[in-house]
Amino acid sequence: MKVAYWPGCVSRGFTPELHGSMAQVAPLLDIELVELDRASCCGAGVIAEHNQELADALNARTFALAQQVEGAELMMNICSTCQGAQTECQERLDANAEYRDHVNTHLADEGLSYEKGLTNKNFLWLLVEEIGLDTLRAKVKRPLTNLRVGPFYGCYIVRPMDRLGINAELPRDTYLAQVIEALGGTEVRYAGSHKCCGFPIITMNKEASLKQAGRHLGDAVDAQADCVVTPCPLCHLNLDLQQPLAERVTGRDLNMPVLHLPQLVGLALGLSPKELGMDRHVVKPTTVIDWTTSVVAGVGAGAGNEGW
Amino acid sequence: MAAIADDNVAAETKGGAREFTLRIRRYNPESGEAPYWDEHTIELEGHRSVLEGLLQARARFDGSIGVRCSCRAAICGSCGVRINGQPGLACHTHLDKAQASSQEGDGVIVVEPMGNMPVIKDLIVDMDAVHWKKIHRVTPWLINKQPVPEREYVVPRESMVDVTQPMACIQCGACVSDCLSMEVDPLFIGPAALAKAYRFVGDPRDAQQYERLNDLSQDPHGIYDCTHCFKCIDACPKGVAPMNQIMRLRRRAGDDHGIVDKNNGHRHEQAFVTLVKQGGLLHEAELLPRSYGGDSFFGKFKPPAALELIDSLPVITKALIRRKVTPKGALNPHRLDKADRKSVQRIFDAVEEREERHELNLYITGYDEDEAGGQTENATGASGGEGMTSAEQGQPGQEPEESPTR
Repeated sequence: MKVAYWPGCVSRGFTPELHGSMAQVAPLLDIELVELDRASCCGAGVIAEHNQELADALNARTFALAQQVEGAELMMNICSTCQGAQTECQERLDANAEYRDHVNTHLADEGLSYEKGLTNKNFLWLLVEEIGLDTLRAKVKRPLTNLRVGPFYGCYIVRPMDRLGINAELPRDTYLAQVIEALGGTEVRYAGSHKCCGFPIITMNKEASLKQAGRHLGDAVDAQADCVVTPCPLCHLNLDLQQPLAERVTGRDLNMPVLHLPQLVGLALGLSPKELGMDRHVVKPTTVIDWTTSVVAGVGAGAGNEGW
Repeated sequence: MAAIADDNVAAETKGGAREFTLRIRRYNPESGEAPYWDEHTIELEGHRSVLEGLLQARARFDGSIGVRCSCRAAICGSCGVRINGQPGLACHTHLDKAQASSQEGDGVIVVEPMGNMPVIKDLIVDMDAVHWKKIHRVTPWLINKQPVPEREYVVPRESMVDVTQPMACIQCGACVSDCLSMEVDPLFIGPAALAKAYRFVGDPRDAQQYERLNDLSQDPHGIYDCTHCFKCIDACPKGVAPMNQIMRLRRRAGDDHGIVDKNNGHRHEQAFVTLVKQGGLLHEAELLPRSYGGDSFFGKFKPPAALELIDSLPVITKALIRRKVTPKGALNPHRLDKADRKSVQRIFDAVEEREERHELNLYITGYDEDEAGGQTENATGASGGEGMTSAEQGQPGQEPEESPTR
């Protein structure tokens, strides 16, 4: 399937391995990525905090660019925060024709206009709703047997539930667990899976921010998770990049690898940890997970050949 | 605890009544015993409330179950509890819906006391110790402008529409219960109290809006301590959306009153906005030092930025070793092509050159679809809505708000 692909800022900045791993995984899932390389930052809630109309106009521009991609079935993002921030703007744009027309006047200079009704899905939602877990299961080359994975969603992709369309028919707040199981892994339940990583206040209240990250990772450790997986690069920054400081604040060793969603999928689809950029993490997954006996167990392909 | 007569329980169980199992968290701190779970199967119609279920369990099986309630009509805010892990009003949650949202999939309705507040007994929490203390913290009354008029204050009706959303708060504490910032920082003023603060900051009759905003900005546990987790928005049974009120407080404080707080809150926002305007995309390596040192190229050379740099050295070193961040990438940020940067900058200029902000509050305006009597598929491929009943939704169809200043 062809999608208008919005990678976001952080996936091309501080977590380049996310954008890279998505590019590796997409062809294996028959996803054609048409990158929206003209689109701007979604604002991550901060621009909306500064000026709602500004955030709405910037995202309307992104949506309009996505709607111009010929043959694309929908717009796809790989960041929980982009999903949440963009959906908030889209909710306002779709709710009120007069307001939409007003915002569209900002795009007129470029000959762009946002038409109500774009579908914008995170890779996680696309995996479950468009590709389907059965198809995913069939594509698994190296099942994540015995790998205990703790899901970490990120606030923006699970709340508010109504705005994000989470309900009994679309239990999007359970999709990570479903994907982990489909890849052959074991979902680890722990208290922090749907909580906040603390990233938005890292510059305002560093201690509270790191306490959040450290507490959730500690819960995952206590639940005997081998690693945590997240569809949000901002969560990844607080959980992985800041993990040494989170250890300092919480006063305990954590040593918990944090994987981006496309990395977890890529491992099961047969890609090597190096191809997926897993050597770029602050907490190296090799320190905790022996890939030769867990992920690649019994498949032969690539055992001892991961090229760390 | 309000004493509610249960003489009508028998009548309610007639007709389409069926069985529901309630798993209630019991705890009496004075007993010295650990908390435990109690299960009771009650018989009621599905559209009856969880509160009615609790009252029946108390009447039929165990008179010692502690639950606080009064109006039973989602007005008084007394019966805040957690149902299947979600905070809300017991009287405002139908038994059949609660059963359908059972966490373990076994249909058992789990009822617990609210979080972030000490338990007095069973489902009753100490609202005084947390919630009311925080409400008092924000001076929750109007500070009159002088001279006080002889009769009532007269203000244009439109000027009060802005504060109708926080005014809908019934002080149930559901948002406080699940606030994720408060979970790690108990001193955080919190969603309910800050929504209440906006009720007065947004009131044209109040005389001390600047003082209120300055106080809440400078407090290290004030408006910049909120993590945008949306928990309070989902928790509120009245559609108050406390987090949105906190964001409006930030807008008023930083952008309208130019308050630069010592928590880096406003600097962070300014730096973010400036960097996106300059490059179209966010330049993270520059955002952090500017948040501490100030929103300019030279911000990163100021002492607060240097101190932060030193504090974060272990992280920066590791990130460089792992090539997560390269010096080239840090100095040479990704950004849009020139033509697109210009387009983005034009949007910034057009929006920011106006005197007034153009804001759309869906709580007030409602949805176009509401008027047509139906709802269409929304952004995320599911039917939309903001979780409010029509009675709580303000006046659909009103014009978008223009905020008074910027």
